[in-house]
Amino acid sequence: MDALVDDLRAALTPDRVLVSPLALELYARDASIIRGRAEVVCFPLTTEEVQACVRVARRHGRPFVPRGSGTGLAGGAVPVGDPVVIVTTKMTRIVEVNADERYAWVEPGVLNLDLTHHVAHLGLHYAPDPSSQQSCTIGGNVATNSGGPHCLAYGVTSAHVLAIEVVLADGSVALLGGLDAEPAGYDLRGAFVGSEGTMGIATRIAVRLTPVPPAVRTLLLDFGTVADGAATVTAIIAAGIVPAALEMMDAAITRAVEEFVHAGFPADAACVLLVELDGLPAGVEADAEAVAAVGRAHGARTVRVAADETERALLWKGRKSAFGAIARIAPNYYLHDAVVPRTKLVEVLATVYAIAAEHDLVMMNVFHAGDGNLHPLIVFDKREPGVLERVEAAGAAIMKACVAAGGVLSGEHGIGLEKRDYMPLIFSADDLDAQARLRDAFDPDGMANPTKVLPSGSRCGDLQHVPEGAWI
Amino acid sequence: MDLNAFAGEVGGAGAGPVTVVGGRTEWHVGGAPHPGTRQVVAPSGVVEHEPAELTVRVRAGTQIEELDAALARHGQCTVMPIRPGATVGGLLAVGHSSVKRLGHGPVRDTLLEARFVNANGRLVKAGGPVVKNVSGFDLCRVLVGSLGTLGFLAEVVLRCRPRPARSVWLAAEDADPLIVLRALYRPASILWDGRTTWVCLEGAPGDVVDQQRALSGIGAWRAVDGPPEPPPAWTRSSTRPSALVNLTGPFIAEIGVGVVHAPVVPPPAPVDESRLVVQQRLKTAFDPTGRLNPGRAVS
Ligand SMILES: Cc1cc2nc3c(=O)[nH]c(=O)nc-3n(C[C@H](O)[C@H](O)[C@H](O)COP(=O)(O)OP(=O)(O)OC[C@H]3O[C@@H](n4cnc5c(N)ncnc54)[C@H](O)[C@@H]3O)c2cc1C
Repeated sequence: MDALVDDLRAALTPDRVLVSPLALELYARDASIIRGRAEVVCFPLTTEEVQACVRVARRHGRPFVPRGSGTGLAGGAVPVGDPVVIVTTKMTRIVEVNADERYAWVEPGVLNLDLTHHVAHLGLHYAPDPSSQQSCTIGGNVATNSGGPHCLAYGVTSAHVLAIEVVLADGSVALLGGLDAEPAGYDLRGAFVGSEGTMGIATRIAVRLTPVPPAVRTLLLDFGTVADGAATVTAIIAAGIVPAALEMMDAAITRAVEEFVHAGFPADAACVLLVELDGLPAGVEADAEAVAAVGRAHGARTVRVAADETERALLWKGRKSAFGAIARIAPNYYLHDAVVPRTKLVEVLATVYAIAAEHDLVMMNVFHAGDGNLHPLIVFDKREPGVLERVEAAGAAIMKACVAAGGVLSGEHGIGLEKRDYMPLIFSADDLDAQARLRDAFDPDGMANPTKVLPSGSRCGDLQHVPEGAWI
Repeated sequence: MDLNAFAGEVGGAGAGPVTVVGGRTEWHVGGAPHPGTRQVVAPSGVVEHEPAELTVRVRAGTQIEELDAALARHGQCTVMPIRPGATVGGLLAVGHSSVKRLGHGPVRDTLLEARFVNANGRLVKAGGPVVKNVSGFDLCRVLVGSLGTLGFLAEVVLRCRPRPARSVWLAAEDADPLIVLRALYRPASILWDGRTTWVCLEGAPGDVVDQQRALSGIGAWRAVDGPPEPPPAWTRSSTRPSALVNLTGPFIAEIGVGVVHAPVVPPPAPVDESRLVVQQRLKTAFDPTGRLNPGRAVS
């Protein structure tokens, strides 16, 4: 252990290799409720330093865990199996911005929102906008294939990543994808996006920049029942309208947010829909009218159209501060993530509320309704005896209900450790074996973030152990 | 033919080298399989179109024109190129996007779920049927463009999109394509052959008129039926969008995208050795005996 730390300190600088109890405590977990054990944490500045960390770890027979801001919600960055934690938060340079070709090369530690601010003066933005965009890194976004409200029309992270420079588990550097239209070879770029640190560390990323739309309309619709709101979502998509964003907040979250931001969200609504349409003016106008009409036909009590940019920003502030608002209700929360067919929203939401009631838990819903991406959020106080078991049981029941409705385990947070052992709910042994082969092609020795994503037994003859020291 | 019967036809290692035939419209891409390789055909038919979900489940052997007609009945389409005779599986395996990639995005983003037959003759599922999914590794992306060298597509779920209310093609002889690109908001397509510029505008009728007006100062535009067709003997290559202005000789270039259609094959780009190592490991992992499409290679 001391030799490992010495070698890492020699490869970087002593002050960028941490072993203090405070640091180890901080880096033992991410934003989920899963905890691991960190032994040593490094902060490289360059691709070469990342290579050096990976090589030192390998020499000492240690795996490594890539880590960005640690806002992940699936335990992807939680260290298990005594790995070297490699943190990218000091790799924050925006290396190149090309406004003509509309791309930027960034280092992995650049924060999502910082890139959008950096290119705003060019009339461009970085489209994927996770709610955590002020604090999560683009490297983390790539590794989890993050989504956000505006990914409904613009696509999730994968659609915005052109090329990735990756330090592989053997310490070599590979360039995946490219700036040309159809880069040669298999789409390994596409495989790496969403690989949750198990295929190497992204050290430089070329992302697509998107023009800011000329026209935007933001509508707030409120409903007397959740079912009416959910039916409206289904009907909007069925009408052939793909809004830029289509978000739902239920009564509990709407009230919490209103107390927090005072945006004028109706306090007595069972749920509200925040709908944004963007593009060219005539299409936006026509779609906005159609959305309002669909909403009224499904029982919308009011349809509020943001009059100007200030009002629009206020409505979005409400949506994006949902988590801040929750912190005032209870000290702990467990945020779920699952996707169901959009046509099943009404029935699945009813089931999800019933599950929370059955387990005697307080649940709220604020989610990306337009793509069927549910985020049931359970608030609790973990000091209450037995509550964690109930939270976990409810989570499992919710996941099973979503899968039974034809859905999948995760829409944007990933599998990590949290959902690893649920993978067989949607994948057969052959399906998991194919995924294991894909992963192994990048990292045959299993040194990159081992034990994540794929359950043990995914490979024929696989004898993986339950991660030591991990608890949920 | 159901999916299991197809898997049975592909067979396991004992069944020897095998290739899957679609519409033969891009048979040459990656090289033809070794002579004498046994041929199979994927099942066909539109299984289920869910208009309210904007997704469609379709068998890989279905002709793209049949799929497009089925979707058109509900005012929808996919981003796949409409090539007469081509099959859904073939188009995905080749992975070339349509001329409207500039506005619609690449084919690789359209595949949500794939059921494919692996080298052991087993049916494997990748991805899922919903429009957003990060459950596990993204094998779908790898299958698109893999030319049937990792597995044979049997059935897929594709993302659909609403057909635009209005779609027009315009052409001008005197318009700078890069100025056109900057003057428009997300046009569906801009093509250029060194002289003529073609533009496809799509959307609400009022917006199409407005965008046409935005073009009026840039050239003398006339309405045309559609994009120019590159001669069959031409090849397709890819470059950076900014490199298109340096092209010489006969060509048709996709402005803002970087796809080039031309009679001459450009010199191959330098190969990234580390990427190649991963690529070769991947091929070996999925097809240890090299029985899937022997002789055909993803460059
Ligand atoms: C309040 C809140 C709201 C959120 N809202 C959203 C949302 O709307 N949409 C959404 O998608 N997510 C959301 N998230 C989840 C989280 O923010 C995203 O998953 C984000 O992409 C994680 O980025 P990070 O930098 O924090 O990564 P980390 O948490 O540090 O790491 C996440 C995973 O990525 C890997 N990783 C990190 N950097 C690299 C790299 N350079 N190379 C390879 N692997 C790497 C890690 O090993 C780990 O597996 C939210 C989280 C919170 C706490």
